[in-house]
Amino acid sequence: MATDEQTLSETARIARAALANVAPEPGVAKPDPIMTAEGVRRSFGGITAVDVERVEIQRGSITALIGPNGAGKTTFFNLMTAFDTPDTGKWWFDGKDLEGVQAHKTADMGMVRTFQLTKSLTKMSVIENMKLGATGQKGEKWWNGLLPFTWLAQEREIEARADALLARFKLDHMRNEYAGTLSGGQRKLLEMSRALMTNPKLVMLDEPMAGVNPALKQSLNQHIKGLRDEGMTVLFVEHDMDMVHDISDWVIVMAEGMIIAEGTPDQISSNPAVIDAYLGAHQGKSLLEDL
Amino acid sequence: MNWSNILTATLSAFFGVNAMYFALSAIGLNVQFGYAGLLNFGQAGFMACGAYAVGMTAHYYGISFWWGVPIAVVYAVIFGLIMGVPTLRLRADYLAIVTIALAECVRLIVRSVTFKKYFGGSDGINQFANSFVSKTPFNPSSKYSLYPFADSVNAVGSVLLLVSFAVCSVLLGHMLAQKWAKEERQGFQTKWIISAVAVMAFLMIASKQTEYDGLSFKSLVVGWILAAVIGGFIYMLMRSPWGRVIKGIREDEDAVRSLGKNVYSYKMQALILGGVIATFSGIMFSVSRGSVQPDNYSRDVTFYVLTALVLGGLAKVSGSIVGPMLFWAILSFVDAFLNELAKSWGGHVDIFGIPLITESSHIGVYVQVVIGLMLVFLMVFRPQGLFGNKKEMALDGH
Repeated sequence: MATDEQTLSETARIARAALANVAPEPGVAKPDPIMTAEGVRRSFGGITAVDVERVEIQRGSITALIGPNGAGKTTFFNLMTAFDTPDTGKWWFDGKDLEGVQAHKTADMGMVRTFQLTKSLTKMSVIENMKLGATGQKGEKWWNGLLPFTWLAQEREIEARADALLARFKLDHMRNEYAGTLSGGQRKLLEMSRALMTNPKLVMLDEPMAGVNPALKQSLNQHIKGLRDEGMTVLFVEHDMDMVHDISDWVIVMAEGMIIAEGTPDQISSNPAVIDAYLGAHQGKSLLEDL
Repeated sequence: MNWSNILTATLSAFFGVNAMYFALSAIGLNVQFGYAGLLNFGQAGFMACGAYAVGMTAHYYGISFWWGVPIAVVYAVIFGLIMGVPTLRLRADYLAIVTIALAECVRLIVRSVTFKKYFGGSDGINQFANSFVSKTPFNPSSKYSLYPFADSVNAVGSVLLLVSFAVCSVLLGHMLAQKWAKEERQGFQTKWIISAVAVMAFLMIASKQTEYDGLSFKSLVVGWILAAVIGGFIYMLMRSPWGRVIKGIREDEDAVRSLGKNVYSYKMQALILGGVIATFSGIMFSVSRGSVQPDNYSRDVTFYVLTALVLGGLAKVSGSIVGPMLFWAILSFVDAFLNELAKSWGGHVDIFGIPLITESSHIGVYVQVVIGLMLVFLMVFRPQGLFGNKKEMALDGH
């Protein structure tokens, strides 16, 4: 969109330029994928929740994953982050095969996720929530726990980093409050900033805008764009099409467990298959027939 | 009514052997349930590990009694692994079922006739702790008091008791002052001093009424020092990053997993750490009586420990120590009170013509009733326990 051109940041321009020549079709290869999934399938009983033939996520971009309820977006997230195991399929993160890798190891590799139903640790303070996010803490070994000199220096470093992030997400005034006293929107912010404490390369946000008021949505948008500016890749699930259009460089559409369309936001908003998937113009028919 | 008897019974129980071994067990259970959120209903099994480890040293292995301590730790670790490996990947309720079953398995195995040569069957193992008992500087047949200036206490004892009382007063006083001062930090030191003096005064007055035999007294000194040291370790651990992960797992283990922590391993560590602490409870209890009986490690014990812990307040080291003390003090008070009542009413108690107590054995039943009522009132009026944090409780439902 011409009007947006001036407001786009440097990184956004780079990301969009890299994706400009990518054909808008499902499973298309990207110039520099950070995450690739191939033949990933997961069924629960008779229902196939996810059946992705191939999908690639471009490094340094903001990619939106959209689709109607029950399309398998969250299940796909769970599969990629090893919270669930696919029946078949292979997937790679940053060139490393993730098959058989446990969930907690994916965070060490630089892949972090948030949850649709926000998981703030309610009976811990906001700053404790944040400090928990840091990886590679020496004091997390129980034998070091009793020897504060082994971890105090690192703890101070982590606390400084946590405070800086809290200030950036405007949560610093709640620093010492219980996370359970935060509002829904603040919890979303806390969860996102806690995820950033792991120093991720890929941030996967599951419905970051759900239940967030419009004013906070604007600042969340800015924060997500800020992640790309810092060199992170963002993959997020969202229903709010305005927001998707506003911040994403690339959009992937899922329905009935499959990837039915990919493309830039403009290409997607005029794609008849996507409109059908959302509005159900051809109810009862397979969504792939029209493609 | 002999109120002095009632008072002595109550206060002796407040610092007594039962409170001591419950406190050790509750510290362990607090690590598992209070901090890590693991619903362990098999604490009695861990305690049995400790008791039988020391019991079997002389009885079966034919080695020194002191080897029982490392053997107990090994038993507890093995028992924890058996408990944890199949269940810790599952939801909390599975752990609860498996732990209760495993603890019963332990009890039934050690009391079975088949394994009598190892565990002594339902009679248990007696008189194994001679090397602990014989080294006692206290005469088993005379009476001892925790009062620092009692005749039975020598100079070293007085100093030790006074120092430990002072430490308790300062620590408990600090905590009480925090409750008292709430948000405002003004005049905190004054409140701290007042609370500490009050606690000290209570300890001095209360300890004057206590009375123990020599062996119990020795077990008490060793046991309470152990409880204080372990309690201090847990306090430090829970303020370390390790404790932060453990508390995070209690809140939401998926969130912690997504942040790169090996939740399974941490849960196992918490389960085993709590179990090893409980094993010391079993050791101290069996040593204090010089015998091991399988039926001292039945389900009731687990649930009484849980009650005492909840009474004190979950996820608080102080709660896990003071809770059991109060629990036993209340039970002993009710027991002694009803005994005295029955005595003064000529052996039976009638209320409105209904005979409530006609034999002294009836009193035990009323003590059970009181445990139940205590739990109900606690849950209604102070669900966070005595030392628990009300604010934290309020956050429970999100």
